Amino acid sequence: MQWKKSGLILLTVLMAIVMAACSSDGEKTTTTSGTTDGQAATDAPQEIVVRVNDDPDFLDPHKATASISYQMILNIFEGLMAPETDGSLKEGLAESYEISENGLTYTFKIRQGVKFHNGDDLTMEDIQYSFDRLMGKNGGEKMSNSFDNVASTEAPDASTFVIKLKEPNSNFLYSLTGRQSAIIPKSNDGKHNENPIGTGPFAFVKYAPGTNLELKKNEQYWQEGLPYLNKVTFAFQSDDQAAIMSLMANEVDLTSVPWHRVSEVEGSYNLSHQNNNSSLIVTFNETKAPFDNVKVRQAINYAISKADIIDSVFAGYAVPLGSNMSPAMGDFQKKGLESMYERDVEKAKALLAEAGYPDGFKTKITVSSHNDIYSNIAQIVVANLQEIGIDVEIEVVEWGIWLDRVYFGRDYAMTTIDLTGRASAFEVLNDYISTNDSENFFLFKNEEYDKIMADVLKETDQAKQIEYYHRAQEILAEQATAVYIADYQIVWGSDKQVTGLKSYPFWFHDMSEVKFSN
Amino acid sequence: MMYILRRIILLITTILLVSIITFGVFQILPGDPVRTMLGTEADPTQIENLRSELGLDRPLYEQYVDWMKGLLTGQLGNSIRFSMPVKELLFDRLPVTMSLAGLTLIIVLIISLPLGMFAARRQNKLSDVSLSTVTQIGMAVPSFWLGMMLILYIGLQFSFFKISGYIPWTQSVAGALSTLILPALTIAIPQIAVNFRYVRTAILEQVQLDYVRTIRSKGMSEQNVMYKHVLKNSMIPILTVFGLIMAEVVAGTIIVEQVFSLPGIGQLLITAISNRDFPLVQGIVMYITVAVVMINFIVDVLYSVLDPRIRLR
Repeated sequence: MQWKKSGLILLTVLMAIVMAACSSDGEKTTTTSGTTDGQAATDAPQEIVVRVNDDPDFLDPHKATASISYQMILNIFEGLMAPETDGSLKEGLAESYEISENGLTYTFKIRQGVKFHNGDDLTMEDIQYSFDRLMGKNGGEKMSNSFDNVASTEAPDASTFVIKLKEPNSNFLYSLTGRQSAIIPKSNDGKHNENPIGTGPFAFVKYAPGTNLELKKNEQYWQEGLPYLNKVTFAFQSDDQAAIMSLMANEVDLTSVPWHRVSEVEGSYNLSHQNNNSSLIVTFNETKAPFDNVKVRQAINYAISKADIIDSVFAGYAVPLGSNMSPAMGDFQKKGLESMYERDVEKAKALLAEAGYPDGFKTKITVSSHNDIYSNIAQIVVANLQEIGIDVEIEVVEWGIWLDRVYFGRDYAMTTIDLTGRASAFEVLNDYISTNDSENFFLFKNEEYDKIMADVLKETDQAKQIEYYHRAQEILAEQATAVYIADYQIVWGSDKQVTGLKSYPFWFHDMSEVKFSN
Repeated sequence: MMYILRRIILLITTILLVSIITFGVFQILPGDPVRTMLGTEADPTQIENLRSELGLDRPLYEQYVDWMKGLLTGQLGNSIRFSMPVKELLFDRLPVTMSLAGLTLIIVLIISLPLGMFAARRQNKLSDVSLSTVTQIGMAVPSFWLGMMLILYIGLQFSFFKISGYIPWTQSVAGALSTLILPALTIAIPQIAVNFRYVRTAILEQVQLDYVRTIRSKGMSEQNVMYKHVLKNSMIPILTVFGLIMAEVVAGTIIVEQVFSLPGIGQLLITAISNRDFPLVQGIVMYITVAVVMINFIVDVLYSVLDPRIRLR
């Protein structure tokens, strides 16, 4: 009997492990208890319940790295600069700024009368503290690599803050938003994660792990008249299908809608389409044969049908890409690259033969199970590549294992993933790809490309920067660095009364201008 | 007294065994808690900082020994994923899972007992055969599917039911019921089917025994025969099955909490495992171990209550 009991316990645990490993829904486990709030929202429409897939990794803005966290906490924190919906920047806590001729000295005029959520005034000391904390200058460890290029910071008077760089960097202002360098009060040292305090439109109330994150209106917000809502609840719910049902049952007011279920909510809910600015790719380990051969990569590019993937996986809600850069980035995107590799099976076969694989080869595509889209894409890839004789086996692994093996371990042949959108064109092109970057997991190496990414930082003229960026995109396409498939749209479904939603070229639920109107 | 002592020793050895096995599984399982938590955006500095802050750069056996030491002093440590004491996370979620399991057991009992007795009395008649067929289907239905069907055809049709989340009893009893009834039914339906069949068989076995014929011939009413004698004597095998069902229910909550987004222990366990959150997984496994051992303890005690010939030794 004893053994039976232990066996039963063991079975329970193993079952849970197997479930966690196999199921895609079980992957990012979360929930919502927004039920009561959802009810309240219909009676007194100053409160909103927003469904988010997962818990934040940290509430401390300097510690957090996951984009899902910033999606929520950028409502609490602000930086000297603030993001704009078109991917540019505007002044945030800095009222104005000047950059010296040599591009090394940045002088910020700080907004006066800004208060933290605890009622304290924002002072130079807090700004100094925030940067020191990030750079590891006040005893702690360095918390970010973005400020390695900073030579010094100082506050010559009570409304001026100066940052000096070692080398010019035309992308530096992008490191000064709430995402990279939130300004937090010195008085809260040691408690930034348990009780986060910032200057943003909403103040932290409560975090219930696996359930929700509650925020309330910042009554003293420096932008007159904002925000409109009294309360924002981010309810965690991992399952997309369950989220749609919660929207229908009025338990949440805003959620993303799975593409194939858009027709069910059309009409009774407001739908808005956001170009996610991410780039969905099928990529290869470019140090491994046969993918080290550019002709093989080009052949695969000719063989894979972007249209098939866009239609069947995203129900058409996606824009085809030709490089990492999405049309959401405006002028920074080089147009026309998306049609460089129109589907052409014969050409693909010819290229494969030239590369020395006339009969194709066998390989494996490793995909993460945390979202269905990856295995769905893999299936189309398998069918497409079969036509040119490449035999692909699909291996589905848990997200944690994907990160470990593919992303960090780089022990894979092919994979598919979407590269998260960045606010700056430089980061879109540099992160994941340039050999200067530690995240280059497909191990692409191209000297001209690396040189462009280094040179562009020294260029201050935007028109010339754009030229550099365009050339970089051409290289990615010519070298068939990856199969750049699409930037898929996120379809947001919201209560009919919700207005003022803004969409950014990265993940951010900006609640500052949202309100319920009748 | 000896009995209690032996039970405690059993509990401790079970906990030790289970924790070593969980530890072993974690050794083989690929994946890294810090990388999983920080995702693709993390720069190496942040990964290293967090790893040393959490003490994850030490060998796993050291972490295990530390955890064991903590357990002896009543500490369960801190969760990696949530940067919070495991104890706090567990206590936040215990009421949800306990209520769900409790409600499920009540539903199973009040439906399967009368139904089983009814079927036994009408053995091989149409109602008995059809009940047996229906329960056969009930046993075969997977609970995640059943849950989805209940959401679609009951949850979305009647506004009383909430299809996700949990409202505490202390806040509103009706509210708690509105969040718990559907998930409880989801776990209960297959268990009702199982229990129904056992009750039916146990009663049928009793009814054929000599003493039943004797009391019937004495002129005792059928009501009394069934409730005072037959049911009481069938309780022993039923109780054995019921102990197993209770353990099944504890396991069932894992899947069902997922379907109904209930913030309970099961859901926490899945998050903990997919995030490779070792202290949290160990904490939850301890809960499940204690729960199952306790259930068996209660069942043993009930045996001796039902049948005074059985003594706890």
